[in-house]
Amino acid sequence: MKTLKVDIKKRYGDFNLDVKFETSTDRFALLGSSGSGKSMTLKCIAGIEKPDEGYIALGDRVLFDSSKRINVPSRERKVGYLFQDYALFPNMSAFNNINIVCNNVDRTRELLKRFNIDGVADHKPSQMSGGQCQRTALARMLAADPEVILLDEPFSALDNYMHTIIEREIFDVLSDYDGPSVLVSHDRNEVYRMCGTIGVLDNGTLVEVQDKESFFAHPASVVSARLTGCKNITSLTTDGFATDWGIQLTPPEGASEFKFAGYRAHFFELAEEEKKGMANVFEVEVERVIEDTFSKVICFRQKGNNSTSSDSLLTFITSKDVIVEDIKFLKLDPSKLILLKR
Amino acid sequence: MDLSPLWITFKISLASTVFVFVTGLLIAWGVTYLRKGRAVIDAVLSLPLVLPPTVMGFLILISVGSNSFIGKILDSFGTRLVFTWQGAAVAAAVVSFPVMYRGIRGALEQVEPSVIQAGRTLGMGEFKILRSVMLPMAAPGIIASVVLSFARCLGEFGATLMVAGNIPGKTQTMSVAVYTAMQSSDRSLAFKWVLIIIAYSLIILVVMNCLPSIRRVRR
Repeated sequence: MKTLKVDIKKRYGDFNLDVKFETSTDRFALLGSSGSGKSMTLKCIAGIEKPDEGYIALGDRVLFDSSKRINVPSRERKVGYLFQDYALFPNMSAFNNINIVCNNVDRTRELLKRFNIDGVADHKPSQMSGGQCQRTALARMLAADPEVILLDEPFSALDNYMHTIIEREIFDVLSDYDGPSVLVSHDRNEVYRMCGTIGVLDNGTLVEVQDKESFFAHPASVVSARLTGCKNITSLTTDGFATDWGIQLTPPEGASEFKFAGYRAHFFELAEEEKKGMANVFEVEVERVIEDTFSKVICFRQKGNNSTSSDSLLTFITSKDVIVEDIKFLKLDPSKLILLKR
Repeated sequence: MDLSPLWITFKISLASTVFVFVTGLLIAWGVTYLRKGRAVIDAVLSLPLVLPPTVMGFLILISVGSNSFIGKILDSFGTRLVFTWQGAAVAAAVVSFPVMYRGIRGALEQVEPSVIQAGRTLGMGEFKILRSVMLPMAAPGIIASVVLSFARCLGEFGATLMVAGNIPGKTQTMSVAVYTAMQSSDRSLAFKWVLIIIAYSLIILVVMNCLPSIRRVRR
């Protein structure tokens, strides 16, 4: 079983990349907002960019080691890289895009068939749909027999429908594949569906690595909590006052060591007027209502909270049937608070 | 009317273009890999574009003339460049090199980096990437550079005169022929050559202008 070991540092103007992780067959996800260094990390692994210092190894092959001045060129790394924009050879048909890599007509035909693109084998990338291009790129990548698969936001250029289909196809490819793979994404749902372990990149630094279940249940930092989709976050005083939200909370035992708290937008419940002024209860002042496809998104703040922090505006996601005028008081369940140390 | 200047010009342009195409392509390809010192190297390679023809002629004479190192080597083989059409081709090559080099470099740089990087991660060597991906993708720009560079040879006058002289039937090009005709007050001959040069240039430029449509059809 091959293991991919990455421990690299790279300066890029003001930006500092500092990433260290290890992965074997468990699909690894790098989750981060745009500009957090996700793609840069993949490019360093693939040998497209050169780290300033550090170490990259795949199984017993050292791909990069600054202390020993080893820097294996891209073409010898046996790294499968799926580019955001597919990066197909535009002057070649789908068939030739694959055949130029494996130089084996039977293998090419087999790959075309496997990805259901044998019908467009003689089409050039400009004549194919986004989905067909991504399938060709996937087939081309496999034609090189990679020892690690790197996926750089592979669905970002696809529409919703194609996204779902291609995602399943890539999932199947990765499930059959017996080497390590790294998926770069900013989409928590995609990462949750595709991968087993999640690493969070924040401004160039890998701040957290966890398996996906515990990552979504107990994110360790504000950055991670936001990336898991937690919409409401506040800083917390030692006696449980939510400074951004402007209400008193009754957090569970031992919570005084936590500096922040998060609460998911669909966990709020309507409360009666008698609860006014009690802990965990908001007196709601609705700022705006956004009609989403299958839900209503209500942005509100605690009445009289003059904080200018963007976190003072909370988000409540509820069903379409709820009448906004009825929402006077909302309570949160303190056991569902996500408590964060940093 | 002696049409030899037309054939001599054509011969010189062709030889120069072939030579400059090969060197320009290789050097432009090399320059795309440069990270440091690129601005300086690029400036040096583009110098013939701005230097006066007399300066170019002077530099060519001292580097390939009979007293120079190259001149002496050629002499030992019983040949020379000064006052020959090959010498004129050298002058044309030097002057048209920046046109070719800059055009091809620009065309190669238009190829998306991710496509080249993809080739590398797929295990393709640099030359294979150049041959099967970069050249086909840059073809329209490269063809345009070749045509422009060929056309540039036609306009060459100063350096050619200094290196190859003005020997009718041997080194006299069309642009030199116009000058000679005017010097000997043969206005009608000068006029004929002017018309031929305009027609010749026009054909080249029309060919040039048809190139973008080739590209569109390909897509």
